[in-house]
Amino acid sequence: MTAETVIEVRGLVNRFGTQTVHEDLNLDVYRGEIIGIVGGSGTGKSVLLRTIVGLVRPVAGEVRVFGENLLALPEDRRSQVERRFGVLFQSGALFSSLTVAENVALPLVEHAGLPRMDAQRLAGVKLALAGLPVDAGRKYPSQLSGGMIKRAALARALALDPEILFLDEPTAGLDPISAAAFDNLIVTLRNALGLTVFLVTHDLDTLYSTCDRVAVLSQRRVLAAAPIDEVAKTDDAWVQAYFNGPRGRAATFAAHRGGG
Amino acid sequence: MATATFPGSAVLSRDAGGARLSLAGDWTLPHYPALQQRATELAGSIDAAVTLDISRLGALDTSGAFVIAELLGSARTQALAQDEALPPARRALLKTVGDAIDTYCTGVKRRRDAGFVVTLERIGRAMHGFWRQTAKLLAFIGITLQGFAATVWRPHRWRVTSLVSHIEQTGLDAVPILALLSFMVGCVVAFLGSTALASYGATVFTVDLIGFAFLREFGVLLTAILLAGRTASAFTAQIGSMKAREEIDAIRTLGLDPVELLVLPRVLALLIALPMLTFIAMISGVVGGAVVCMAVLKMSPSMFLTMFQADMSLTQFLVGMAKAPVFAFMIAVIGCMEGFKVAGSAQSVGEHTTSAVVQSIFVVILLDALAALFYMEMDW
Repeated sequence: MTAETVIEVRGLVNRFGTQTVHEDLNLDVYRGEIIGIVGGSGTGKSVLLRTIVGLVRPVAGEVRVFGENLLALPEDRRSQVERRFGVLFQSGALFSSLTVAENVALPLVEHAGLPRMDAQRLAGVKLALAGLPVDAGRKYPSQLSGGMIKRAALARALALDPEILFLDEPTAGLDPISAAAFDNLIVTLRNALGLTVFLVTHDLDTLYSTCDRVAVLSQRRVLAAAPIDEVAKTDDAWVQAYFNGPRGRAATFAAHRGGG
Repeated sequence: MATATFPGSAVLSRDAGGARLSLAGDWTLPHYPALQQRATELAGSIDAAVTLDISRLGALDTSGAFVIAELLGSARTQALAQDEALPPARRALLKTVGDAIDTYCTGVKRRRDAGFVVTLERIGRAMHGFWRQTAKLLAFIGITLQGFAATVWRPHRWRVTSLVSHIEQTGLDAVPILALLSFMVGCVVAFLGSTALASYGATVFTVDLIGFAFLREFGVLLTAILLAGRTASAFTAQIGSMKAREEIDAIRTLGLDPVELLVLPRVLALLIALPMLTFIAMISGVVGGAVVCMAVLKMSPSMFLTMFQADMSLTQFLVGMAKAPVFAFMIAVIGCMEGFKVAGSAQSVGEHTTSAVVQSIFVVILLDALAALFYMEMDW
């Protein structure tokens, strides 16, 4: 089966000052898969995410989402495409002056043009979908715990029923139980809504339990992009240290035991 | 996926086999309002006996699934989600949304009331808030004085570097703006005096007006209001962002006293800087007045000085100067206290910064009015 390519990164170069983050980076993401992006600190995982969603303008190279080059599109066409993806930022990035329900309702009101009442109702469902209790909707982001902020941010990212979901370290700062629940949630939502998920993470358990493929960023490019067991066999010092270090072994063990 | 949409529809038909509900078309977000309305119309007439036909159902997303789930009810949705005839992705979607609705709909909705009681409640809350704020301010003043009493005898615990740095930031750095401001207000007061006193032929008393105004009131008031805007906000922002990043907690867990480390140097710095700035403000204000007197009233500088010397007693200067340390203390304490009240977010820093400026200006003007009354009774 040849799946449709929804994100196509070709020859990407990102440079900040004299520091080159990406050099001639290529990556394909296929429809319906969960792809995990891993790499050491400072290898430009978040930068790659921000480049794909159009927040960072690359020095060279091309990024195509749904076959369109975001940066070359006129403003209104670009907004159209941007509605088809949802982004969960590392620290949630909920608007602190709005309640959680209003945060989720915002894109529904602005883009889908729903009346406020309908948007609030639908926002309630999205929040429940993300696994938040009902009363959380009335709270402000500063009143929520870290895990709840991540869930609320996920609900906002899902508000417009996106086709691609970008997650930047979704389980960072969560306790193992919440993190595992979040992993399950992502897989459930992917299966239910047919999402494509672009996941930047450091969490080995998340990689093993959710990702169909893993892309390793190293030496300014994608070193390998394949199912996790294949990637773990790659002959590279960093990959070996990452996947076969003590934490990696524990996660592998857990994953294989869990899988039977 | 989002292309070639045709709006979703729900048709309830009755034939020999009983009632039958057919869902067709795209049940997606763009059609949500219409679908929602249709669902509300049908809501009463769907019961367990109605058979369901979803064979012509097009695209389905969470909002569409939500409408379906609301229309059919929880139990029916869950049953539909078990239906083997549906593709697994669609079943998973229905199940997920059905589960979500179960938790969502069990919530109680709070009713909003915007009447007389609410107004009373708001007034009550505001009064209570004001009272608590005053109590907090008094408590914080107490803590500050206590901290001061504990360290004043122990020179090795004085934070001299921090003190000097704050004197520079709050005092020296404020000199240009303050001098300019007072100079201009001095000019304005002199213009005012020369215009108002002209009808009595007493324009020469403009000198007295400027002298009294700047020595007694304007010098210290302008300085205090400028510093309330400039320094109280800076103190709140500095301490508030430290609070938001848990730095204050770190100070405490290291066994250090945040009052001694952060509050005392700021309060003392302002206690030293504000009287000095007040002096500068008085001088520039009087100079501003003098310039206008020379330009408009053709008064020579020596005449201005002679009159100034003859009519102004030292009391006027001291009466004005005496207020400076009080204002300095209140501005610094309010600035620091609001910083400590910051909770969590960056937004909170902003709110408390605003609050610090408003409060310190309020307190400064209140105290100035009280002092004016007091001085009048004392015949100073």
